[in-house]
Amino acid sequence: MKEGFRQSMAWLHTWSGLLVCWILLLVFCAGTASYYRNEITLWMQPELHGAAASEVSTEEAAKVAQKAMEERATGATRWFISLPGERSPATQLGWSKPSQPGEKKRGRRGNFHSEKADPATGEVLSKPRETRGGEFLYRLHFDLHYMPAIWARWIVGFCAMFMFVSIISGIVTHKRIFKDLFTFRPKKGQRSWLDAHNVTAVLALPYHIMITYTGLVTLMFLYMPSGATAAYKGDKDAFFAEAFPGRSGDSKPAGVAAPLTALAPLVRQAEQHWGGGKVERISVSHPGDANATISLTRAGGRDMSSKQPSMEFDGVSGKLLSTDGDAQPGAAATQGVMVGLHVAHFGGPLLRALFFLSGLAGCAMVATGALLWAVKTRQKQAKALAAGKRASFGLRLVEALNIGAIAGIPIAFGAYFWANRLLPVAMEDRPQEEIACFFGAWALAAIIAQLRPSRAMWRMQLAAGAFLLASLPVLNVFTTDSHLGVTLFLGRGPVAVAAFDLVVLVLGLGLAYAAFKLKPLPVKAAKAAPVQPAQTMEAA
Amino acid sequence: MQAPAITKVARLRLSAGAVYRLGVASRSVAAIVGGYVLAALVTMLLSVSLPMARSEAVMTATLLSFAIYTCAVMWVFATRSALRAWLGLLIPAAVIAAILQWMDALSWSLA
Repeated sequence: MKEGFRQSMAWLHTWSGLLVCWILLLVFCAGTASYYRNEITLWMQPELHGAAASEVSTEEAAKVAQKAMEERATGATRWFISLPGERSPATQLGWSKPSQPGEKKRGRRGNFHSEKADPATGEVLSKPRETRGGEFLYRLHFDLHYMPAIWARWIVGFCAMFMFVSIISGIVTHKRIFKDLFTFRPKKGQRSWLDAHNVTAVLALPYHIMITYTGLVTLMFLYMPSGATAAYKGDKDAFFAEAFPGRSGDSKPAGVAAPLTALAPLVRQAEQHWGGGKVERISVSHPGDANATISLTRAGGRDMSSKQPSMEFDGVSGKLLSTDGDAQPGAAATQGVMVGLHVAHFGGPLLRALFFLSGLAGCAMVATGALLWAVKTRQKQAKALAAGKRASFGLRLVEALNIGAIAGIPIAFGAYFWANRLLPVAMEDRPQEEIACFFGAWALAAIIAQLRPSRAMWRMQLAAGAFLLASLPVLNVFTTDSHLGVTLFLGRGPVAVAAFDLVVLVLGLGLAYAAFKLKPLPVKAAKAAPVQPAQTMEAA
Repeated sequence: MQAPAITKVARLRLSAGAVYRLGVASRSVAAIVGGYVLAALVTMLLSVSLPMARSEAVMTATLLSFAIYTCAVMWVFATRSALRAWLGLLIPAAVIAAILQWMDALSWSLA
């Protein structure tokens, strides 16, 4: 490109980063939130906050769940039971029934029923409001929305590849990577943005490299199927059967009734086999049929791999049919660990918090990079601007998109949580309406930003995001019984709910500080001044 | 190699800016499409030739593929001219494709 390796890599770093940065920011924000998707879902179902589920052994919980399923899930072809664990105190019962002829189809989850039950009694917990909760943010992270998931995954993968190129070329072009880690020169315009970009990028650099590459690895056979097709002559099913054994296909029902064997002894057997590892999920195919099979999956978090070992039993005799995932060959184990690193199910609370903070640093890295480009380009055009010319189309576009993404995404998140509290509980299609609020608020913010991408617009949108997030704990006081007064000061409510309130409060205050630092400039200076929010943005 | 190319383009009366832009566009295509094809071919070659169990070889090769892609992209933008960038991708790609063809392992369907 330009003369010299370093210069060409600087060019590559700039453009591979800039072109996809707004989608990346959304993916980063949604992914960072997904570390706490269980907690977010809990927060979004205040009806469950009071139900302190009783602690029982997995064996006991399996027994209770089986009884509840036999009573309530009659005629189901598959059962799904999630036993209570560290981050989910209730038992989750789910089952699917074959669709009746003439019945109206209700989408792909149409005949699936799911409910939360008390692990000790099997009674259904008070039915919570319907919401996609943290699951929406998790799916948004790689499936986006309003488009087929497969397109979204290609788009996100494309952007992730750009991101990886940008990170590596950014490192290559960087001469004083260690020294810059300790350099921050505030209130110096472009310099400060460069420093902020360097600090957020370098501080969590191992994380950024890891998260981007492992993100590609999670869907690597979608993105790079050529190896499997070449080695298996196009028979990808054969590859998957060899590489991921133990995933037996759906067995056919025999059509002969036979009672299902007791689940609890199988749970004990499996936990012994796994040296004390707890059973997390039980799924039963064709319960009550002579060909029933039972599959038990171990809870994650005992090692770094995302691969959770499982055991399959005959549903009538209880005989062990197969075990899977006890000892994996090297490359498969490597892949499992890479995916495991990405989803971070292994981490305890502290490590999870560190991942969350690193994710926020990633958001800040993307945001400061986008801002740096705008500030630099405006500097280049300073003469023309001073002479009364308009900023170039590219600059105006980037500045508007920056506001729409950097200030707009917090608004979208805030609107989603507000909608969860304010929409009528009994509303039809409630989860969809919440999601519509997320995108509606974001679209509104982004469109307004296109009209006048000015400093005042930054201030206004940052303030709006700050208000929506920081006021959630206050909103809770009026809409729930598990606000900070109860969860924190009386020490009663679930810790996760209190923590959610505190985190959004801090994020909101960070945005408010950024808006505050963007005081209107004196009229004369304002004309030529770059559009830039305060350096403190990275706090949010 | 570069100099005659430029005079030829100059005869078409393209400004220096346009030449630069065409170069960038050409390299972008080379990096995104050519880089992917090269990475896919290397993945194929490693998948069929690494001395380990078949599924393990595929797994190893596929895990490495994104690093290979990244290197290809960086090469495309680091090298002196767009023509060199294309040649640097196409020559190894052709060699690998020939080897795969000879091994009867070339799969044209990338998906």
